[in-house]
Amino acid sequence: LKMTSVHKFGQAVPIQCHSWSAERRSLALSHNNNTVEVYDQVSGGWKLTDKLEQHDLRVNDIDWAPNTNRIVTCSADRNAYVWVKGPDGKWKHTLVLLRINRAATCVRWSPQENKFAVGSGARIISICYFDQENDWWIAKHIRKPIRSTITTVDWHPNNILLAAGSTDFKVFIFSTYIKEIEPKPSATEWGAKMPFANLMAEFSNSPTGGGWVHAVSFNSEGTRVAWVGHDSSIAVADAPSGMVMMKLKTSMLPLLTLTWIAPNKLLGAGHDCVPVLFHVDASGKVSVGSQLEELTVVESAASSSAMNMFRNKDRVGTELLDNRLYSTHQNQICSMRIYSGTKDGATAVSTSAGDGNLVIWDLQTLAAKFNDLKL
Amino acid sequence: LDSLHSENHVNANSEVTFERIGKMSKNTKSSAFRRIDVDQYNEDNYKEEVDNEPVTAGPNENEVTSLLSQNKQIDALKHVLSNAPLGNKNQAIKDASLNLVLRVLLSFKTSKIEEAVNQLDNEARDVLMKYIYRGFEVPNEGSSAQLLVWHEKVFALSGVGSIVRVLTDKKKL
Repeated sequence: LKMTSVHKFGQAVPIQCHSWSAERRSLALSHNNNTVEVYDQVSGGWKLTDKLEQHDLRVNDIDWAPNTNRIVTCSADRNAYVWVKGPDGKWKHTLVLLRINRAATCVRWSPQENKFAVGSGARIISICYFDQENDWWIAKHIRKPIRSTITTVDWHPNNILLAAGSTDFKVFIFSTYIKEIEPKPSATEWGAKMPFANLMAEFSNSPTGGGWVHAVSFNSEGTRVAWVGHDSSIAVADAPSGMVMMKLKTSMLPLLTLTWIAPNKLLGAGHDCVPVLFHVDASGKVSVGSQLEELTVVESAASSSAMNMFRNKDRVGTELLDNRLYSTHQNQICSMRIYSGTKDGATAVSTSAGDGNLVIWDLQTLAAKFNDLKL
Repeated sequence: LDSLHSENHVNANSEVTFERIGKMSKNTKSSAFRRIDVDQYNEDNYKEEVDNEPVTAGPNENEVTSLLSQNKQIDALKHVLSNAPLGNKNQAIKDASLNLVLRVLLSFKTSKIEEAVNQLDNEARDVLMKYIYRGFEVPNEGSSAQLLVWHEKVFALSGVGSIVRVLTDKKKL
């Protein structure tokens, strides 16, 4: 059984975002441009089945709803589109007016897939729901007290609460309760009163300030929220214990994405190009676990000979021509999704990176090599 | 005579006109308006949060001098790091603290540096890394060579993360 499988999709252009269909038979991704490509898994590889071309500027995020099979995309062109597959097999798009005057940065369907949240550079989160009467998507705004760009959003399992990370170094928990489409929610550990746009909790990434928040993730029960910041840190806030926040300053390069893979385990990835495991104990304290790859240097006979060294020095001015990283990904990992399993117990994750590759990490086979991965 | 008069008349008119133009051009002669920072009036601007947390006044110089004279360099190091004036608005205090820290760092024998770094906790090592880079900014008499040894030892334990935090932490030394 392979621990990792590497997948390429044409040119070696960064894959900014990707999202899987319900059965993982199809994949939607964007190559850092204004189009979204949909691939189907076929024996021996991938087949490009569709190109979703409506956005004018770079597509910043994609999310594929597993149950309703709808894709939502958002872009720097300040728009979002909802795509529905018609009986003829073609994807039909509907424009969603987000009413923002800056780029849309991130988008996620709610657990029940009747709403989606879009973060933007307009310092606004647009919560969008479908209005049957007028046959269009309505966007409601959450503004206060957001003071800079929203970079990441993640939903609580109750379909109401939303975690959001921002470049104002904060993590917010908002209520997105929309009375037109859902029943009043019951109290959670984050609070009892949940009018739309109510700020349930706010966490500062650091007392010394600094560090854009790159990714947030609720655990499967919604009792804890984890995030990673550009100050090379990872933090967990625990609601039941009274909103206690535990932060770990790592010795690595900043992480860009993370997800819970078990009630007490987090997987993060970013500028070090390798996913890293983190353990969270009962009190919420975070500690570093294994990297999912041993970065061993492979010395090839040719490159280490003295003659080659001087030849290279003469030709290009440096001894070594080899600038390959020793990890599978050759560039920062920007997006990570659970491929199989859930946040309660993930068995595989997929990562897409700046090298244009998508790698699927089989956590069960990796657990044989890295013991602390065992669930 | 008539033409003279009429010339005068014309001249008088133009003088008035020139006078008016003179007044207008005086208004726009000053180009101070070009130096107004228009961005300050933009409502959308990100305003730094007002932080009311108390800031330390920096390490105590007498304490440090006495510790150094007793050859208790590691204690002096721990003192200056735990009393670092992070985010203090007073530049004089920050400069004085930097000089004190550099005195301590340079008082170490090179062979003793690793042992000292091992005794620090993660927070102190992050502060130390910030001071190392501040020290690089004001090199004098081979200070950088010693600082490079400090850098190597701190990096071995705190990795690139501590260097990233030198750049991202907003409360500067």
